[in-house]
Amino acid sequence: MTAALAKSTAHSIVEASPRAKTVAGSLVILYAVITILPLVWIVATAFKSQSDAIAYPPKVIFEPTLEGYVNLFTVRTRQTPDFIAKLPPPQTWYDKLVRQRDMVIAGPSKVVPRFVNSLIIGFGSTFLAVFLGTLAAYAFSRFRIPLADDLLFFILSTRMMPPVAVAIPIYLMYRQLNLTDTRLGMILLYTAVNVSLAVWLLKGFIDEIPREYEEAALVDGYTRLQALRKVVLPQAVTGIAATAIFCLIFSWNEYAFAVLLTSGEAQTMPPFIPFIIGEGGQDWPAVAAATTLFVVPIVLFTVLLRKHLLRGITFGAVRK
Amino acid sequence: MDKMTTILQPDDATFPGMSEPAKSRTARPVRGLSDRTIAWLFVAPTIALLLAINIFPLVWMIRLSFTSLNLSMSYLPLRFVGLDNFTDILTDEDVWIRLQTTAQFVIWSVAFQVAIGFGLALLINRQFRGHSFWTTIILLPMMLSPAVVGNFWTLLLQPQIGPFNYLISLFTGVPPSSFSMTGQVSLAPWTIVLVDTWMWAPYVMLICLAGLRSIPDYIYEAAEVDRASAWRQFWSITLPMTVPFLMLAVLFRAIENFKMFDMVNLLTSGGPGSTTELVSITLKRAAFEKWRTGYSSALAIILFVTVFGAANIYVKALNKVKQR
Repeated sequence: MTAALAKSTAHSIVEASPRAKTVAGSLVILYAVITILPLVWIVATAFKSQSDAIAYPPKVIFEPTLEGYVNLFTVRTRQTPDFIAKLPPPQTWYDKLVRQRDMVIAGPSKVVPRFVNSLIIGFGSTFLAVFLGTLAAYAFSRFRIPLADDLLFFILSTRMMPPVAVAIPIYLMYRQLNLTDTRLGMILLYTAVNVSLAVWLLKGFIDEIPREYEEAALVDGYTRLQALRKVVLPQAVTGIAATAIFCLIFSWNEYAFAVLLTSGEAQTMPPFIPFIIGEGGQDWPAVAAATTLFVVPIVLFTVLLRKHLLRGITFGAVRK
Repeated sequence: MDKMTTILQPDDATFPGMSEPAKSRTARPVRGLSDRTIAWLFVAPTIALLLAINIFPLVWMIRLSFTSLNLSMSYLPLRFVGLDNFTDILTDEDVWIRLQTTAQFVIWSVAFQVAIGFGLALLINRQFRGHSFWTTIILLPMMLSPAVVGNFWTLLLQPQIGPFNYLISLFTGVPPSSFSMTGQVSLAPWTIVLVDTWMWAPYVMLICLAGLRSIPDYIYEAAEVDRASAWRQFWSITLPMTVPFLMLAVLFRAIENFKMFDMVNLLTSGGPGSTTELVSITLKRAAFEKWRTGYSSALAIILFVTVFGAANIYVKALNKVKQR
């Protein structure tokens, strides 16, 4: 997108002068560097030792260690040096690392189950939302539906409700249905939130596919459903993928519902990360390690989505 | 064009599955479905899901808002109290203070986001080398989980060990442990504005950028011919033509920030005292800590109505932008 635009304006008289460009460039780069510093700091903290992470003044140069990651994935107990000396020699590098701190690994932490929950709930709700959303968007795009505008507004308005307010009746309902703290309950809830985005975005994408394609297919003896499957869907595939990534990011990042409606079984990463604690408070290197692992997929998705980002964040209102 | 020809020649081998229709025509009754039926079959599941997960609970909540239900004392029989909850809320000075806190947060954060976002968009629009890469970097904060953001900013803002206070002290000479961004009554409201702006200024930037790019070059060329100054061009071309986009961004951000819960809950959890207690946090405390379900249902409904009003304005603005 940007490359094409750059080309189209390259020789117009409204192009900025080289000096204006340099000034603009330096200011933007300055802002970008400042804005990315917090993230860089977190990624760096993940490689600090416990004492380096809480050192004063804050340490910029430090000896990197994987302690944070080891602490994130394990539960440890403190032991006396005598006890540790009597143990058989450490089997793995992380055993060794933990023993240097007078600790012994007692078992795996809960981070893996929480990560798995995030994955299952994220992908489950994304799949359902995109599936339902594609059907509904196709219908809204191609058929005459009575009160279509009102229905579309209704679908969007469900997204406008404050999550804490939505959680109150959901909490009561899920208690009755035994869905509290279950993956199924969270998948259904996230699907309901995501489907509104999916319908609006996908309607935009399907609107852009010329109707003539399907009409030609219908003339050739396709049924509607066959035309949808073999003509429309292949053309909408980029739009569907972009929508799916947006839904996945929402479910992945969601915190309010997760913290209010789950406590263990179905807890996802966002409510879990702030409560990674070590001896005497938050274990910052482990928290930073969890944050880093949690954020990496988002960074990749942002780069992938760059072209469709604008559309996604405005519910398809702005298409460029 | 290629695709067109493939479709017009269904016997083409490049179109797999073409032999299927003949089979399925007899095997599946689907063939006979009218467009009308398909339309309803396609829309119904989405509507059904939203009715089950959004509307049914909402109706239930409206009913509860007229009761004195308290979940920590749910053995008590359900008692209907009429509009008592609503009058309690609307005459409660604390609730009005929370609403004011929320309004101030919304106004200041959106104002900063618009200023920074629009400024950045103007700069990026000059198409300097590498602008695409730097734009992507700037966009990253808004893609993150607000909860994770709130959490790691508490580390960055720690008075002793956090790099933020340290940097401030490097530039101003104020001792880093002499102030606490999240623990001080005078600073905490600005801290949530700061973090929210850090996170969402790129959002406004991205939408403004689309606005700036929608202005055709020939308008500027005409202005050049008329020897309009750069300042004049900005006020009479750039700004008016970007305003609809800017409005869209403002409305989106205003609605989102009115609902704000996650980031602030982790950064300050409403404190110190209740200086950053946004109305969503009040609601969470009433509903999930004091378990005053009847009362909190009423408060939730008041918030719904408010957001709904805003949503209506938003849809009108959205249509305006679309018409362009």
